Amino acid sequence: MNWLIISPILLPLVLACIMLVLWRHPVWQRWIALAGMVALVGCGAGLFGVVSLHGIQSEQLAGYGAPFGITFVADLFSSIMILAAAVLGTAVTVYSMTNIENRRESFGYYPLLHLLMLGVCGAFLTGDVFNLFVFFEIMLMASFVLLTLGGERAQMEGAIKYVTLNLISSAIFLAAVGILYGMTGTLNMADLANQVVWIAENRPEELPLLTILAMMFLIAFGVKAAMFPLFFWLPASYHAPPPAVSAIFAALLTKVGVYSMARFFTLIFTHDVGTTHMIILVLAGFGMICGVLGAAAQNEFRRILAFHSVSQIGYMLMGIGLIVMLAHRDDEIAHHAVQMGLAGTIIFVVHHLFVKPNLFLVSGVVERIGGTGELKKLGGFYKSEPLLAIMFLISALSLAGIPPLSGFWAKFVLVLAGLQLGQYVIVFIALLTGLLTLYSMVKIWAAAFWTDAPENSPVHNAAHMAHARHGLRRMIYPIAVIAVIIVLFGIFAGPIFDVAMEAAGQMLDPSAYIDAVQFEEFSPTLGRGEETGP
Amino acid sequence: MSSLILRTAIRYLFPIIVLFSIFLLLRGHDEPGGGFIGGLLGATAFALFAIGYSVETSRRMLRFELHQLMGFGLLMATLSGVVGLVLGEPFLSSAWIEIPIPGRPEPFKLATYLFFDIGVYLVVLAITLMIVYALAEE
Repeated sequence: MNWLIISPILLPLVLACIMLVLWRHPVWQRWIALAGMVALVGCGAGLFGVVSLHGIQSEQLAGYGAPFGITFVADLFSSIMILAAAVLGTAVTVYSMTNIENRRESFGYYPLLHLLMLGVCGAFLTGDVFNLFVFFEIMLMASFVLLTLGGERAQMEGAIKYVTLNLISSAIFLAAVGILYGMTGTLNMADLANQVVWIAENRPEELPLLTILAMMFLIAFGVKAAMFPLFFWLPASYHAPPPAVSAIFAALLTKVGVYSMARFFTLIFTHDVGTTHMIILVLAGFGMICGVLGAAAQNEFRRILAFHSVSQIGYMLMGIGLIVMLAHRDDEIAHHAVQMGLAGTIIFVVHHLFVKPNLFLVSGVVERIGGTGELKKLGGFYKSEPLLAIMFLISALSLAGIPPLSGFWAKFVLVLAGLQLGQYVIVFIALLTGLLTLYSMVKIWAAAFWTDAPENSPVHNAAHMAHARHGLRRMIYPIAVIAVIIVLFGIFAGPIFDVAMEAAGQMLDPSAYIDAVQFEEFSPTLGRGEETGP
Repeated sequence: MSSLILRTAIRYLFPIIVLFSIFLLLRGHDEPGGGFIGGLLGATAFALFAIGYSVETSRRMLRFELHQLMGFGLLMATLSGVVGLVLGEPFLSSAWIEIPIPGRPEPFKLATYLFFDIGVYLVVLAITLMIVYALAEE
């Protein structure tokens, strides 16, 4: 079984190396990249199957036990994320064959795509805080280059903001990792969960320091996840690169931040949920409102979508923030509702992982045909591309949360959990945000699809249209496949909810996670409970 | 820099530096050295050509495209870890074969670790040269 856990990391790495060796043959790279993504879907599905049948799986690299060795752990949440990321990666790879120009391809677009997947899958699987940092850096480096590949002015401008803010966040992350190691003597996540419990019991005077550490991690992950006051890099950079890159960024970069936050704030930092998770909940609420209002003020296709991500991140954080109620209530209903809230986060992350990239992919087709992303200069797409219009509508309505599409169920679960826990303010904000989301989506729909194309639009130019339509199928098919996934996601909401509930249950009860990790027998920190402290 | 002294010296220094870098690479398992430091030193030899002659000469000396070299090195390092996986051990587990040497009591142990180190050597060599060439061509 051990090769299955490591395969989502190994596969992109080996293929990226092979593509580097074939540096002069971008066309070969395309097909290798596609084959690799399809294989990654297989690995993700296999891992998901094994984890759902046999429980949490773990692996110690080179056989050194925790907390010394490098730990990889796959639980339900991480295997779901890998599977979803791989499916989306496959779609984007097909899309890239038309969308990414030759000059970008020949500068290593496909190897970078796989290195990005390596970082993302590694971050989902790692069971060690320092390795999480390393995989974050791999992901960020790959995304820096993907963002600047092509070297257009807007790309550089976005990249500078993106790089600066993310480097600051990495610095905070690394500092927090150092302090955490100083406090607990370990960086293994399972061991950390034990140590935090030990500190809470034996050295309660150190708990405030732990809360400060939690806030440092919150800031570090918050920048990556585009949490409310730290999101400025996102609207500044997502619209700049080619739409295929925007799509893969929208799907993966912020999700890794949210994933890490969910992992840390259920497994490790659970000593003072009344403070830490309250802050998350408040920031989630501000994020929803701020993002959706920011999006309403934009007038360009991809800028609207990018700003919207900020409000969607708010929903994902809401489920994590709802854990705050465990500080005040300890009854059966509260526990169930908290579990449901976390399940809502998981459903929302997966839903958003398909819907938002699909909207970016649609925007790529619109930009290719219409020649621009400015809503004022677009129009007539419902008439000329009815299929595309329908696929946009499915994704957009799902984003806004219209039943029976995936977004509705994601929000429904979150709102239900919020109501059961009596958090009426955040529920109200969530519902209001859904309404405003619909406004933005309708704005795009009305401007780009419903109205007639303006007089000077390149749509009227036959030569331009012939060029734009060349290879367009490879852009349309992935969009159609994802649209089908979104519809299926809504239809099979019941089974998906059950899986998400199980994944949330695993996260809220860390003992299974800790038991799955193979500890070294003479671990210095494991027996610390018996000593009296210095 | 077209200095006659430098150019003449490079011709004699080059093989020595390359040999020494390989020496460092091979002794790195139990003693100071290894792929990283060996790769840095190997890159110095080629960087000297870039300074004394031109970047083009240096590239010709290397014969391989830098990206390919980097990819090959990374591939080698990764695959050295896969050997353990194939043998049923966790990823990156070390595996070795013992080759008896006539006239010596101890056999020579060829471990996967060596291939990992060679991979690191190539990656470091390629990356360093990539940076040096980019700066020299400015």
